[in-house]
Amino acid sequence: MENNINLTLKVWRQNGPKDKGRFETYKLEKVSTDSSFLEMMDILNEQLVNEGSEPVAFDHDCREGICGMCSLYINGRPHGPDDDVTTCQLHMRKFKDGETITIEPWRSAGFPVIKDLIVNRSAFDQIIAAGGYTSVSTGGVPDANAIPIPKDDADEAMDAASCIGCGACVATCKNGSAMLFVSAKVSHLALLPQGKVEAARRAKNMVAKMDELGFGNCTNTGACEVECPKSVSISNIARLNREFLKAKFQD
Amino acid sequence: MKLDSKIPEGPLAEKWSKYKANQKLVNPANKRKLDIIVVGTGLAGASAAASFGEMGFNVKNFTIQDSPRRAHSIAAQGGINAAKNYPNDGDSVHRLFYDTVKGGDYRAREANVHRLAEVSNDIIDQCVAQGVPFAREYGGLLDNRSFGGAQVSRTFYAKGQTGQQLLIGAYQALMRQVNAGTVNLYTRTEIVDIVMVDGKARGVIARDLVTGEFQRHFGHAVVLATGGYGNTFFLSTNAMGSNGSAAIKAYQKGALFANPCFAQIHPTCIPVHGEFQSKLTLMSESLRNDGRIWVPKKKEDVDAIRAGKLKPKDIKEEDRDYYLERRYPAFGNLVPRDVASRAAKERCDAGFGVGATGLAVYLDFKSAIERLGEDAIRARYGNLFQMYEKIVDDNPYETPMMIYPAIHYTMGGIWVDYELQTTIPGLFAAGEANFSDHGANRLGASALMQGLADGYFVLPYTIQNYLADDISTPRMTGEEKEFVEAEKTAKDKFAKLLAIKGNRSVDSIHKELGLVMWDFVGMARTKEGLETAIEKIAAIKKEFYSNVRIPGSSEGMNVELEKASRLADFIEIGDLMARDALNREESCGGHFREEFQTEEGEAKRQDDKFAYAACWQYQGEEKAPELIKEDLTFEVVKVAQRNYK
Ligand SMILES: Cc1cc2nc3c(=O)[nH]c(=O)nc-3n(C[C@H](O)[C@H](O)[C@H](O)COP(=O)(O)OP(=O)(O)OC[C@H]3O[C@@H](n4cnc5c(N)ncnc54)[C@H](O)[C@@H]3O)c2cc1C
Ligand code: SF4
Ligand code: FES
Repeated sequence: MENNINLTLKVWRQNGPKDKGRFETYKLEKVSTDSSFLEMMDILNEQLVNEGSEPVAFDHDCREGICGMCSLYINGRPHGPDDDVTTCQLHMRKFKDGETITIEPWRSAGFPVIKDLIVNRSAFDQIIAAGGYTSVSTGGVPDANAIPIPKDDADEAMDAASCIGCGACVATCKNGSAMLFVSAKVSHLALLPQGKVEAARRAKNMVAKMDELGFGNCTNTGACEVECPKSVSISNIARLNREFLKAKFQD
Repeated sequence: MKLDSKIPEGPLAEKWSKYKANQKLVNPANKRKLDIIVVGTGLAGASAAASFGEMGFNVKNFTIQDSPRRAHSIAAQGGINAAKNYPNDGDSVHRLFYDTVKGGDYRAREANVHRLAEVSNDIIDQCVAQGVPFAREYGGLLDNRSFGGAQVSRTFYAKGQTGQQLLIGAYQALMRQVNAGTVNLYTRTEIVDIVMVDGKARGVIARDLVTGEFQRHFGHAVVLATGGYGNTFFLSTNAMGSNGSAAIKAYQKGALFANPCFAQIHPTCIPVHGEFQSKLTLMSESLRNDGRIWVPKKKEDVDAIRAGKLKPKDIKEEDRDYYLERRYPAFGNLVPRDVASRAAKERCDAGFGVGATGLAVYLDFKSAIERLGEDAIRARYGNLFQMYEKIVDDNPYETPMMIYPAIHYTMGGIWVDYELQTTIPGLFAAGEANFSDHGANRLGASALMQGLADGYFVLPYTIQNYLADDISTPRMTGEEKEFVEAEKTAKDKFAKLLAIKGNRSVDSIHKELGLVMWDFVGMARTKEGLETAIEKIAAIKKEFYSNVRIPGSSEGMNVELEKASRLADFIEIGDLMARDALNREESCGGHFREEFQTEEGEAKRQDDKFAYAACWQYQGEEKAPELIKEDLTFEVVKVAQRNYK
C-alpha cells in the first residue's frame, strides 16, 4: 500500500574531481513509498532548484535496471538495501518513515569521482577494448545455425552476458578488484564456440589491462557476487582463472 | 524543393543488388584519408562506426552516456525479426517485407523496406558470430517466437534482454576498432550543432558534458544515429536521456523532418501512478504470446475491483471480456500495437478500466501457467516479471499484470533517401532517428532489425557512393570561419538559457509539455484538439524562454543545463508533431484522427489524399514550416484496409 514518509538524506557533494567533498544534509517530506529511489532524488533536486541551489548530480538513464548507468552507495551498500536490483529499480517502500539515508558515490581507485555522485567508469570500456570481443568484422560470416550450440551452454553464456557493467562489484570489493566484471565477459565468450577460439588470449589481455588500470587483486571474498544486481556468479571467476592459466601455459 | 528518393530502377527484389553492383567505391588507400563522424552509439551508431572502422575509414563516434554500451537500445526486451524461416512456417523475405509495409499501414517506401527484409538474415548471422547468446532449442539450433502483426515465428531473442545482447555485440565490435585505433570515442559528449561548409555537412560542434567545453570536429560525412524523440511526452518508455536534439539541429540546418506525428503508443506498459513519476516501464510485447488481455464485462465488477472488494481472480471466466480476442479473432492478443492500444483506450473510456485510476487493463497469464507450468513462464519472462514486481509490488504469477498504453517509439524522423542521406549532402541518418522503414506504425522486433541493417549492411555501402567523390577534399582544421561561427552560435544559445534565471525547473515545464502532448497529440487526435495543442505549445515555449531556472554555470558538469537545451528542442518537435497531425486528415497506423474512423472504430486512411510522406522544411525562427510531399507509390504491395479480424 502507498504511504508517505519523511526522510533525512545525507548526500555526498563534490564539485569536481579535485574538490575534497563533504556530506550535506537535506530533509524531504511526504515521499510516496511507491516512488522509486531515483524519483525520490528527482524530488530532492526539484526542491533544490526551487531554492536556487545546484541539484545533486547522479548517473542514470534507462531507469529499468538494464543500462548499468545508475550507481550510488546507499546506506553502505551498492545499489541499496534490496537484493538483485539496481538503484533505479529500488523503491521507497524499502525505507521507513523518519529514516536517515546516506548516499555516496562508488568509491574505488578505478572509478574517480567526476561530480557529486557521478564517477568515471571508462576503465571498463578500456578492459573490453583489450579483448572482450570475437575478432570478426562485418559480413562474410557463416549461417547462424551452422554450428549448433547446446542449450545449456547458450543459457550459461547468457547468464554471464547479462552483466550490465555497473561497477557495483568493484565498489563493494575491499580490494577494488574488477574480477567479476572481467570474468563475466571471459565466460560469456568462452562458453560459445564463436568465442572459444580466442578465449585464452582474451583472458590474458583483459586481465593485463585490468591490472594496468589499478584495479586490485581478487582474494575470493565473494562480496561482489552478493552485490551484483544481475546475480552474475562467482563461478565465472574460476573459469577466468582456467583460461588465464591456459594462456600462461601457451606462452 | 523537389525530393529525389533515389530509388534504383528495376524490379523491387533486384534493386539492392543492382545498387551495390553499380555504386562507387573508395579504395583502401583513400579510405584512410576520409573522416566520418558518427553521432550515437546505439545499435545503429555502434554498428555503423564499427563497420566503417573495419573498412579503414577514420571514425569519430559520440555518445552522451558514459559508455557506448549504455545507449537506449540496451533496453529493448523482446526480440529482433529476420526472414530466416528456420521454423519452416512459411516465412520469406517477401513475407517480412509485406508484413512490414502492411503493419506500417502503407505509409513506408517499398524499396527501403524490401532491402531491410533482404539484409535481415545477415544480421542474425553477424550477431551469432559476435557471440550474441540468442535463445536456443535443445537441438542446439536457434529458437523463434512470434510478435504482433505476424502469423509466423520470426523473432530471435535473448531472454527478455535482446537489445542488451545485440548492443553488447555491436559495442564489442566497436571497442575492437577503438583498440585498433580506427575509431576515436567521445563519451559524455553531446553534439549541439552541425557545421555546414558550401552547402555540405562538414562537421559538428560538440559539448563536453564533464567540462562544459565546446569542441569543433571535422568529418567528410556525418551520420546521425541519435534515436527517437518519444520523450517529447516527458513520460515514455524511452531512457531519460533519449532526445531529439540532433534531429532538430539537422532540421534547422535544412534537412527535412518527415512524418513527425507518426509516434507509436505501446499497449503494454505499467500504468502511471503518481505525479513524481519519471518514466514508464514497458512490459515487452512478447508477453502477448502467452498473456491474455481482458477487463471485466460488468460495471459492478469494475467498481468492486476499484474499491478493493474484489480481486481480478475472483471474476469468473464468463464475466471477463477478452476484448482483443473478441474483436480480432484471427490475430487475437497479437494484433499490432496501434490496434491494441486503441482497443485498451476504448474499454477504459467506456468505463471498464481497472486500477486506482481506471486507466489500466489486465494482462493475465493464468491460462498459460495452467497450460505450460509456472517454470516455463519463468524461463520465458522471468526478468520481466521480476521487473514488474519490483515496481508494482504485486506478483504477476498470481495476479494479472495491470497495463496501459504509453508512448514508446517514433516512426517519424529525419527524411532520408534510399542511401539514408538527408537533403543535406554528406549528412546521413540511421536507426530510429530517420523516418525510413516503418511508415505509420512499427511492428514489434523491427526497430532492432532496422538499426542494425542501417549500420552493418546499408550505410557501409551507400556512404562510399557519396565519399567516392570526396577523396580529394582535404581535412579541415576547425579554424575555418564556418566552424568558428557555428561554435559561437552554440555557445550563445547556452548562455541565453543560463541568463533567463526564472522561477521554474526544467522538469516542471517538460511535464507541462508532456501533458499537452498526451491529451491532444496522443492516442486520439482531433482538429480542435490539435489547434489547441499548437497554441498551448507556443505558450509553453514562451514560458520556457522567460521563466526557466538553471542553477550553476556553463563550466563543468551542469545537468540542468543539458536538460534545458534538450527541452528547447522537444518544444520544437512537439509543435511539429501537432502541425503534422493536423495536416494529416486521415487515420493510419499510430496516427488516429477521431474524424476518420470506420463504423467499428477502426482507422480509416484517405489514400487518395494522403499516400505521401509529409516532410517539413524549416523556414526560420517563429515562421511556420513548409510542407513538402514525397508521394508513395506501391508497385508490389496491394494497398488495402488492414484487417486483423
Ligand atoms: C523499453 C523499450 C523496449 C524496446 N524493445 C524493442 C524490441 O524488443 N525490439 C525492437 O525491435 N525494438 C525495440 N525497441 C525499440 C528500439 O530499442 C529502438 O528503436 C532502437 O534501439 C533505437 O536504436 P538507435 O541506435 O536508433 O538509437 P539509440 O539506441 O536510442 O541510441 C541513440 C544514441 O545517440 C546518442 N545521442 C543522442 N543524442 C545525442 C547528441 N546530441 N550527441 C551525441 N550523442 C547523442 C545517445 O547517447 C545514444 O548513444 C524498444 C524500445 C524501448 C524504449
Ligand atoms: S558483474 Fe554485476 S556488479 Fe559487476 S559490473 Fe557486471 S552487473 Fe555490475
Ligand atoms: S538507470 Fe539504467 S540500470 Fe539504472
